[in-house]
Amino acid sequence: MTDVATRGLWADAWRRMRRNRAACFAAAFILALTAFAFIGPHLSPHSFDTLDWENMTVSPGGPNDHWLGTDRLGRDLFVRTMNGVQLSLQIALLATLVSFAIGITYGAIAGFIGGRLDNLMMRFVDVLYSMPYIFIVIILSTFIDRANIFALFAAIGAVGWLTMARIVRGQTISLRNREFIEAARASGVSTARIVSSHIIPNVLGPVIVYATLTIPQMILFESLLSFLGLGVQEPAASLGSLITDGAKEIESALWMLLVPGICLVSLLVCFNLLGDGLRDALDPRDR
Amino acid sequence: MLRYALGRIVGIIPTLLIIITLAFFVIRLAPGGPFDEEQTLPPEIKANLEAAYGLDQPVWKQYLRYLDGLAHGDFGPSFKFKDFSVTELIAQGLPISLTVGLSAVLLGLLLGVPLGTFAALRQNTGADYITMAVVGLGISIPSFVVAPILQILFGLQWRLLPVAGWEDGQPRYLVLPVVALSLGIIAYVGRLTRGSMLEVLRSNFVRTARAKGLPEHLVAWRHALRPALLPVVSWLGPAVAFAVTGSLVVETVFGLPGSGKYLVQGAINRDYSLVMGMIVVYGSLIVFCNLIADLLYGWLDPRVRYD
Repeated sequence: MTDVATRGLWADAWRRMRRNRAACFAAAFILALTAFAFIGPHLSPHSFDTLDWENMTVSPGGPNDHWLGTDRLGRDLFVRTMNGVQLSLQIALLATLVSFAIGITYGAIAGFIGGRLDNLMMRFVDVLYSMPYIFIVIILSTFIDRANIFALFAAIGAVGWLTMARIVRGQTISLRNREFIEAARASGVSTARIVSSHIIPNVLGPVIVYATLTIPQMILFESLLSFLGLGVQEPAASLGSLITDGAKEIESALWMLLVPGICLVSLLVCFNLLGDGLRDALDPRDR
Repeated sequence: MLRYALGRIVGIIPTLLIIITLAFFVIRLAPGGPFDEEQTLPPEIKANLEAAYGLDQPVWKQYLRYLDGLAHGDFGPSFKFKDFSVTELIAQGLPISLTVGLSAVLLGLLLGVPLGTFAALRQNTGADYITMAVVGLGISIPSFVVAPILQILFGLQWRLLPVAGWEDGQPRYLVLPVVALSLGIIAYVGRLTRGSMLEVLRSNFVRTARAKGLPEHLVAWRHALRPALLPVVSWLGPAVAFAVTGSLVVETVFGLPGSGKYLVQGAINRDYSLVMGMIVVYGSLIVFCNLIADLLYGWLDPRVRYD
């Protein structure tokens, strides 16, 4: 693949992407919500952990300045939800980055070197695959200090690289015997150099697509762990812990479930739409 | 075929052994032990307790002893639920979890496949877009959001079904948990079926079938459906894992006495044998389902040859 063709691929993808209205909307929504999650809390007169004894369990739109109501301790739900969005996004991004760093390296090495090492490395991946991910996550969550949710998710990312490794390996193998790699090898470029400057840039397409689909998975994982009581600790809030609190009050305070629930679902829908859009744009074979 | 199947069955053993070994040592790496929280325990009694459960021995000895017990079908005693063996605990909860989980997978297949086929046959029409929008939403709504909403609507608002509980598995009590768990599966299967159906409908043998004048619904039913199901079949293994994960949530929300809670409780309490028992049982289940999915795949796809 020459430089010109590479540019063509990305330009093409960009054009296809812009035509996909749903994906563009999703991207805009994610950006807007992210920005708002960081700015929003400063606009509100409340902080995420102040207890407002005058206004406990008030519903949204009441005659006070709690825009989205309060929980049963009188904490402002708008600020808590925005903080939750922040935390969920940061955690998901961190876990995704860690899993990618490992997955890409592992897959590229296995695919590029090949032979017995490849066999062994991928056999190991197969075995780990047959262990439910949630089990590993639960075990991990028991011995990482839960006050440090970021360490937990770095660890979750560190065991979540399996699919990425498979994708990168598959791509690498199909690249390995191409002429430009052969040319690089013939001119004496080292293996490490070939992997980093020829293989990795070329597998970037599927990697980006998979990244967009991993972030919502990680958001979901964080919520699931918080739901099971293994995630974020009070008074900090994530979307998952807010939903858990809300689910306990569905009879008396439905908004406590709906506010964070709608935020979570719309984020997940948008990330999935964006991922699908990117896949269509970067992998035109499916069309 | 038979030889392949036998080979695969034998191949399960090393896989399980690696899973068990990894889990065993990782759990023991976690700080704290099963008897740490009861701080009133005098050290002598704690030492005695640990000796009684074999925890005073080196880890590799405990490991060999555990494997020996497993080979005899013994999961050991639970450290926290005193008077119960792990086998008893899991035997009580597992049938409930399996009933809910497998019903959800079955419902997911029964509704997801027709949904996906329907959308594929009407590709790029309004019906397709609406179906896929609903499916996309279904994939994105986690069970712990769906479950309370179902409780509000069907349990509290319309009073059609019980809000929670099990009552020896009366069907009424089963409906909401199974529906909550299956929505995600329906959506995923629907999307998978639509994608592969579209691909199959473009293939040469389908064009041939159309060319000989077969009506479209017969083309889909007789020719396209079977190959289109292949990706769904290979997803069955992961589907069971998905149902297991979901059952942790659904059992909590609906207060079902399933075995899912033992995994979380066991991990928090450092109840080593209980967590191990859960991992062995659920791990085997998933490995076994993967095997069935593979064999089914070969049976459905005449291109797969085993020798």
